[in-house]
Amino acid sequence: MSEGILRGEFFMSGDIACAEGALSAGCRFFAGYPITPATEIAERMAERMPRVGGVYIQMEDEIASMNAVLGASWGGLRAMTATSGPGFSLMMENLGLGIMTETPCVLVNVQRGGPSTGLPTLVGQGDMMQARWGTHGVYEIIALSPTSPQEFFDLTVRAFNLAEKYRTPVLVMADEIVGHMTERVVIPEEVPYFPRRKPNFPPGDHSSFQPGEDLIPPMANAGEGYHIHVTGLTHDERGYPATDEVTQERLVRRLVEKIRGHKKDIIMLEEKGVEGAEVIVCSYGISARVGLWAVELARREGIKAGMLKLLTVWPFPEERIREVASKVKAFVVPEINYGQIALEVERAACGRAEVIPVNHMGGGLYEPEDILKAIRKAAR
Amino acid sequence: MSQRPTVVPPKHPRESLLREERLPHIWCSGCGIGTALNCFIGALEKSGLPLDKVVIVSGIGCTGRAAGYIRLDSFHTTHGRAIPFATGLRLANPELKVVIFSGDGDLIAIGGNHFIHAARRNIDMTVVCVNNFNYGMTGGQVGPTTPAMAKTATSPYGNSEHPFNLPYLAAASGAVYVARWTTLHVRRLERSLTEALLKEGFSFVEVISPCPTYFDRMNRLGEGLDMMKFYRESSEIVHGLDPRKVDIDLGGKIIVGKFIDIEKPTYLDFQREIQARMEGEPS
Repeated sequence: MSEGILRGEFFMSGDIACAEGALSAGCRFFAGYPITPATEIAERMAERMPRVGGVYIQMEDEIASMNAVLGASWGGLRAMTATSGPGFSLMMENLGLGIMTETPCVLVNVQRGGPSTGLPTLVGQGDMMQARWGTHGVYEIIALSPTSPQEFFDLTVRAFNLAEKYRTPVLVMADEIVGHMTERVVIPEEVPYFPRRKPNFPPGDHSSFQPGEDLIPPMANAGEGYHIHVTGLTHDERGYPATDEVTQERLVRRLVEKIRGHKKDIIMLEEKGVEGAEVIVCSYGISARVGLWAVELARREGIKAGMLKLLTVWPFPEERIREVASKVKAFVVPEINYGQIALEVERAACGRAEVIPVNHMGGGLYEPEDILKAIRKAAR
Repeated sequence: MSQRPTVVPPKHPRESLLREERLPHIWCSGCGIGTALNCFIGALEKSGLPLDKVVIVSGIGCTGRAAGYIRLDSFHTTHGRAIPFATGLRLANPELKVVIFSGDGDLIAIGGNHFIHAARRNIDMTVVCVNNFNYGMTGGQVGPTTPAMAKTATSPYGNSEHPFNLPYLAAASGAVYVARWTTLHVRRLERSLTEALLKEGFSFVEVISPCPTYFDRMNRLGEGLDMMKFYRESSEIVHGLDPRKVDIDLGGKIIVGKFIDIEKPTYLDFQREIQARMEGEPS
């Protein structure tokens, strides 16, 4: 299984690191459609998959790509796709199918400027709310956001494990700069591996959606003799359609709670100088890197500034934000959109601290100085 | 009070492959989908395929519900997306025999792009398309197979569009096996489905079916039984006919038969060749 998997130190771009992270995590199926700035992930997979015994297929569009990934997951492989804004929009339909059918898989979005075709080659972070609410209906989602090629590698590995652990699609919300920047990436000898939750009952039983105490059902793959039925309709524990409000209540509540109830395990934050700070820069992706530099500059000026980096963006770490909010004056939230995660920080802060967004519409990045100005203002 | 005799309902003849706990099904009286499913189950039994390795994938619509009634691994996906879902299943586990069982609106309108691309790739899969010329589940709207001038809920004065000729579409897209039957032709349909199941590559069987509740009523074609009479009178078996010549007009002749049965490397054949070449090369 580990034949052909890289180990050691490399100099690679974020997109390549993402592909290698997936392969290290055991991903053996990639379906995609070319789109800037995520194309390098597909190209790397096309080159590497045949060498590790995996499958690469270029589908006719992103709708088909997402579906092929779901099918491959039920076929027993760890599966992923990678795209950017326009493709992400097309994937929303079957991201919903993946959530409803509790299909583990990974969807990477290397964000560019939007709306519509927008800025194909330039950075954006405008899809963060789409990640949370983009498919219709009531659900909870897991989304991770890397700030470097190394994190792109690490979080892709983590995404596969979370997907299996919680039986759900997991999003990796990168951005064009993190995708295209080239840095040192260390690939360890071994990465964490959470195996598929297999049923502990013999084939022939028809309870493919009977959850355990942790609200997560085991998963029989196609071809194992369980005669599973899997539907995007509201369904009972046998997987059979039951389109009534009682079943809907039971199913959808569980789909949400299986993630909300495990937030402690899912949420990863990186904090720097938060204790004793007056101003916190809270950000994710490439914006967090600029934010961190701004924090350094502020501290040199004697401002008590700290950094709260969201490696997990969804589910949102509202408990921690609220806790911090009661101890600080303000949060500064830089992001390459008109204020998306800033709204979440504001909601979580419950008015205990001011929230100052620093916005950029995309295609470029603010200077650390722009964030520093906001920090100075907040500290006053 | 006299005691009622205990009545043991007879087992359904297709019991072994039906999820009996899910019956009764949702299909209307006189509908042809049950007949198509019955022939499909018969074909499955005749094919000798290991049933634990057969997967049925459907989209949305009346025919899309078939996946829910058959005791196989079965997937009821989103509207139009059965084929790409099945593509993932098939490539992830080449031991699986993947069958798509869905309707004309699902496969050919919203799923039309996936249909032509799967045929072009010659992915190993059997696509069974039950064609009732309209969207039954939502109340009989016009679709990509509705004959010109036919009336439906959304073409109340007549359809001003040309329909797809499905065997021609499938053949032109690259399908290696193409047949069409009506739900009157149960034995021939079953035989074609058996052949399609055993065919390597992308095989396609169109099943012309009545929709007495909507299409047939709105076009004054009669009840289910009338449709059987209509199929008997107006269908003609012409094996091997150029599929360009099998268009369907409202109330006109329906040409049925096996039109295409050719050999062509499949997607996995090419993959295996590439793999073999790679193994011969230094990496």
